[in-house]
Amino acid sequence: MKAARERSVRAERRKWALAIHAALIALSAAFLLPLIWMLSTSVKTIEETMKDPPVWLPSEFQWHNYWDALSYNSDKLGYVPFLVYGRNTLLICILVVAGTVISNSIVAYSFARLRWPGRNVAFALTLATMMVPFPVVMVPLFGLFRELDWIGTFRPLWVPAWFGAAFNIFLLRQFFRTIPFELSEAAKLDGCSEWGIFTRVIVPLSKPALAVVALFSFLFTWNDFLGPLIYLLNQDTFTLSLGLQFYQSQHGGTQWHLLMAASTTVIAPVIVVFFFAQRTFIQGISVTGLKG
Amino acid sequence: MTVRRKETLAGLLFAAPWILGFSVFLAYPLAASVYYSFTDYSVLREPVFIGAQNYSDLMRDELFWKTLENTLVFALLALPASLVVSVGIALLLNSRVKGMAFYRTAVYIPSLVPMIALAMIWLWMFNGERGLVNELLGGVGIKAPNWIGDPSWSKPALALIALWGIGNAVVIYLAGLQDVPQSLYESAELDGATPWKKTRFVTLPMISPVIQFNLIMGIIAALQIFAVPYVMFPNGSPARSTYFYTMYLFDNAFRYQKMGYACAMGWILFLLIFALTMIALRATEKRVHYGGV
Repeated sequence: MKAARERSVRAERRKWALAIHAALIALSAAFLLPLIWMLSTSVKTIEETMKDPPVWLPSEFQWHNYWDALSYNSDKLGYVPFLVYGRNTLLICILVVAGTVISNSIVAYSFARLRWPGRNVAFALTLATMMVPFPVVMVPLFGLFRELDWIGTFRPLWVPAWFGAAFNIFLLRQFFRTIPFELSEAAKLDGCSEWGIFTRVIVPLSKPALAVVALFSFLFTWNDFLGPLIYLLNQDTFTLSLGLQFYQSQHGGTQWHLLMAASTTVIAPVIVVFFFAQRTFIQGISVTGLKG
Repeated sequence: MTVRRKETLAGLLFAAPWILGFSVFLAYPLAASVYYSFTDYSVLREPVFIGAQNYSDLMRDELFWKTLENTLVFALLALPASLVVSVGIALLLNSRVKGMAFYRTAVYIPSLVPMIALAMIWLWMFNGERGLVNELLGGVGIKAPNWIGDPSWSKPALALIALWGIGNAVVIYLAGLQDVPQSLYESAELDGATPWKKTRFVTLPMISPVIQFNLIMGIIAALQIFAVPYVMFPNGSPARSTYFYTMYLFDNAFRYQKMGYACAMGWILFLLIFALTMIALRATEKRVHYGGV
């Protein structure tokens, strides 16, 4: 009697698990489908991309599409120097990530572990500015960079990153405050300066938080569209985000196989970074999400 | 120098980059933006003070109202759908079955795709009669609309695209779900609660602060939608159905050189975001439970 009931409970459970698996597989398929379709299109001939019903696996993999996409002649602007765009984007990313990590950790140290008059007011002001949407300051910033003669250069895109940003300061400050103050006191007794405490005590203990800040500033910069759209003028200074537009034809007849190959090239580095830094990602999102 | 003075000096030196950055890249532009919004200003000419003219012009500007309406309609389509779907997916991804790492990765990866590449992929997915979306819908016998070309379907198309990128919200929910104490489920089970009741009366109240947080972040993002429609729907086509607020603001600033006008639009956007955030906070206040998390 009892055994029979237990068996039926177990059967019920198995049915549930099966249903959940089925739902999860359908869900994953739905989310991955557009990416798989992009990959599939990127190795087809243009004729094959138009086939009805759609083909998932090309009859012959056209790997040269990637090569063709990197040396593409667009009807808008002629030759698209995609590799140059990649180099530009990478350069801006490196400058932004370095500036973001260095400046925000220094400033956050001041807010987290040093006492000075006006600190709390300054911090409250910092938090208040997190609510301001970019379009509000877009025009005066453009005017400012124009006065400096920076429009058309990379500088508007990376220089501000070296002067801190409210959200990152907040994030790092919260983290720095969890480090025991006794460590600072001990270092001070050993004759350490504030700079020494910062570089030798705080920074080594904060690697996970710094990794989160670095990772998200990289992602933001790699993906940024509005910034480059406003500040960059010459075609050869463009970033990947801007460059990708040139694969779209204005008069129909877009070369979809090349556009998808180029899109794959833009996405690939982000996915690679994700697989290397998965744990940092998850940490970052839950920290920035919940405690932010 | 006393210890006190030393610490003050160090504090100011460490904060110096931000004091400078805050003044130059934030405080100054904010103040200037307020002033410009009351001027006639293009980059080529000095700003001329014209009082509240920009604001009163905006009130009579049909395109201003049109883009505002488009933006709010899009938000009303995308936000509730995103909320329900992301909570549902998070609950599903929180169940204990094998292979979960794979499923979670699959849901998260699309949210990493750069906006611009995302726009390209979906242009292709929705492409004309023969985009993959319509092929698949046709396969199950649904006569699908022309998503890109039909003004009444362009906004739902954008809302659907927004759903594809909800991985971030899902991860935040998952973190919240993991913080729900197991003991609550156990006592609910002792009281004979069904899985549905456990979800309704234990899980949802416990993650309500996270839902509120995601709702507010969603409002802020939806009202500033720009890159995807800018690339997918040139000039807000079809029939201006995807001409959104930030796109009109951008055009005013950099296409028509009406920079004072654009600043006025920026401040109205700010007030709108502020007001809607307050309303959302008020409306959810009684339903948000801060007990455990």
